[in-house]
Amino acid sequence: MHQKNVTYPYSESQLTLLTILRILIGWHFLYEGVTKLLNPSWSSLGYLADSKGFLSGIFLGWASNPTAVTAIDFMNEWGLALVGLGLIMGCLTRISIIGGIVLLAFYYLSHPPMVGYKFALPSEGAYLWVNKNLIEIFALAVLYVFPTQHIYGIDRLIFPKKTAIDF
Amino acid sequence: MSESNKISRRNILKAFAAVPVIGAMGYGIFRKKNYDNDIRDQIVKELGISYDPPVLPTIKGVDMSKPIRVGLIGYGIRGEQLMRAAGFAHPSTIDELRESADKNSDDHRYEDFMAQDNLNLQFTGACDLFDIRAQSAIEACSNVNRKGTKEQGPVTCKRYRTYQELLAANDIDAVIIATPDHWHAQIAMDAAKAGKHIYVEKGMTRTVEEVYQLTDVIKKSNVVFQLGHQGRQTESFIKAKEIIDKGLLGKINLIEVCTNRNSPNGAWVYDIHPDASEQNIDWEQFQGPTPNRVPFSKERFFRWRCWWDYGTGLGGDLLTHEYDALNQMLNLGIPHSCVASGGVYFYKDGREVPDVFQAVYEYPDRDLTFMYSATLASDRDRGKIIMGHDGNISIGGELTVYADPESTKYKALIDKGVIDPSNPIFLYSPGSKRIDAVTSATAKYFAGRGLLYTYRQGKRVDTTHLHIKEWTDCIRTNQQPSCNIDQGFQEAITSHMATISYREGVKVYWDAEKQVIVKGNSAKMS
Repeated sequence: MHQKNVTYPYSESQLTLLTILRILIGWHFLYEGVTKLLNPSWSSLGYLADSKGFLSGIFLGWASNPTAVTAIDFMNEWGLALVGLGLIMGCLTRISIIGGIVLLAFYYLSHPPMVGYKFALPSEGAYLWVNKNLIEIFALAVLYVFPTQHIYGIDRLIFPKKTAIDF
Repeated sequence: MSESNKISRRNILKAFAAVPVIGAMGYGIFRKKNYDNDIRDQIVKELGISYDPPVLPTIKGVDMSKPIRVGLIGYGIRGEQLMRAAGFAHPSTIDELRESADKNSDDHRYEDFMAQDNLNLQFTGACDLFDIRAQSAIEACSNVNRKGTKEQGPVTCKRYRTYQELLAANDIDAVIIATPDHWHAQIAMDAAKAGKHIYVEKGMTRTVEEVYQLTDVIKKSNVVFQLGHQGRQTESFIKAKEIIDKGLLGKINLIEVCTNRNSPNGAWVYDIHPDASEQNIDWEQFQGPTPNRVPFSKERFFRWRCWWDYGTGLGGDLLTHEYDALNQMLNLGIPHSCVASGGVYFYKDGREVPDVFQAVYEYPDRDLTFMYSATLASDRDRGKIIMGHDGNISIGGELTVYADPESTKYKALIDKGVIDPSNPIFLYSPGSKRIDAVTSATAKYFAGRGLLYTYRQGKRVDTTHLHIKEWTDCIRTNQQPSCNIDQGFQEAITSHMATISYREGVKVYWDAEKQVIVKGNSAKMS
């Protein structure tokens, strides 16, 4: 197929902004992961122990189990870093997006910004029901249905056939 | 260049379009890390202090093979805690701890107790003046295998009705004294004369005269003496000493320590056993050396800390812990003078001892003031704070050091922006990866002051266990432990100065030459 004959489903500005959004969210994830990896004393323990809401029992249960905490620490550190890397590079992007949504859903559900909940770790803004985790979840959902990785991303090499069809 | 090459090149370029983003982040992290490391290195270099746990004194050559045979005198609230710290809990306590751990996975008390080192002790005798507690005591003393009620073995510990009989026993090498304060000195002196090693609770004595008598007897004896200030084992206190010794705070001029509690238990309104009566309590023996004889009183027996006849109030019970912690860090010794005040302001339950109490000590030789402030009716947390010209440190389970904005020592680093006085320059937080359920308000009070638990290699350990271990290690190696009779002498005199000042409404002085407390302004010395 000749490249010049391909018509993108997106306008240039749509493609640019969606790609930038993907990279920025990726940056956020990767840096969150890397800082945790670089800080040997980081642990999810305090965050888990501070959980409120209808699922807090599960999170508090994990907090009290040192093995669970170690596993959660590992999954957070590497999960965040790999999701971030995937999003920035457009590599295995769909899996990365799903992974990112799962992580964010955990953060949202363990610390839901509901009326009457006060958390020991203060948030940097004012939230009711909607917080940045929820917004980021939906931003990732948008990226799932408006993919850009087949244009700017390693996925164009990993999934060449699909790329051609998508084009 | 052929067309297909161009396509594949463009393909590759598009596929790896975001690589510069990763590069940018890598560069950013490198810059940030270098900046942070620089500051940290500069501070560490400047302060000469490491973030490693402190070097703890260890006792070498301890031969654990032979058991030490111990007698317990007094199985009240503290006696029970000391037994547990020595590795002996009542079977019903084991049941409770297990049950509580099953219900609340944050409750590590059972796990910690079972993991506690075996000190190879044999509790061969126990004495308590309340029959029900005496029975519990011998059951706890016999529970060498740390079992619950269902697995309980035979009672192997003998009950003694008087401490004199216990001291006369041949199968006892050492005693733990956890009686009310008015009995401490007499029992400890008799124990020393009987050649028994001594672990005695604080406050060391009820009266000033007893301080001299006890010190004299202990010094003439060959027994190993440990006073019950378990804060001697708190890792953060030992680290704090390291920081102070390095001169990080500059010239120290003010020390502020406090007690804040707000519960009946914390104010010594202890439970009165429902089955207690004149028939099962030896009241005459309880009154013992106290001169003021009164008819049988359950309140006085169970809540003895509220009366001067038996206790030493906030001065002996809690000021002593704070003082000993600071004496450990700064070698304060006995102060030059003391003024104390306070009153019974909240618990108007007939008690004599104040529930709000302040003591101000002067150390002109050290150019500093030591201030103790206490209330039993507000638990607003106030830490231990040591203030110096160049910095201050607050001490609890963790340590936080701040540079003073007007510091001379740190001026250059503050000006360069390396040190920010609004952020700690040093934060030491042992065991920060673990959360704990600390059950009662009083337990929280002790935990926050490093008096309940400490950390060894990041593992939580009962400070009282370590304090008893130090004592038994010293018995096995024939040396004196950290809170020996000299430290005890300083602790006791210092606390009595506050009590005398409060009770008699006078400023009191310490005549270091004559080694006596002198009262009143007329006695002011140069």
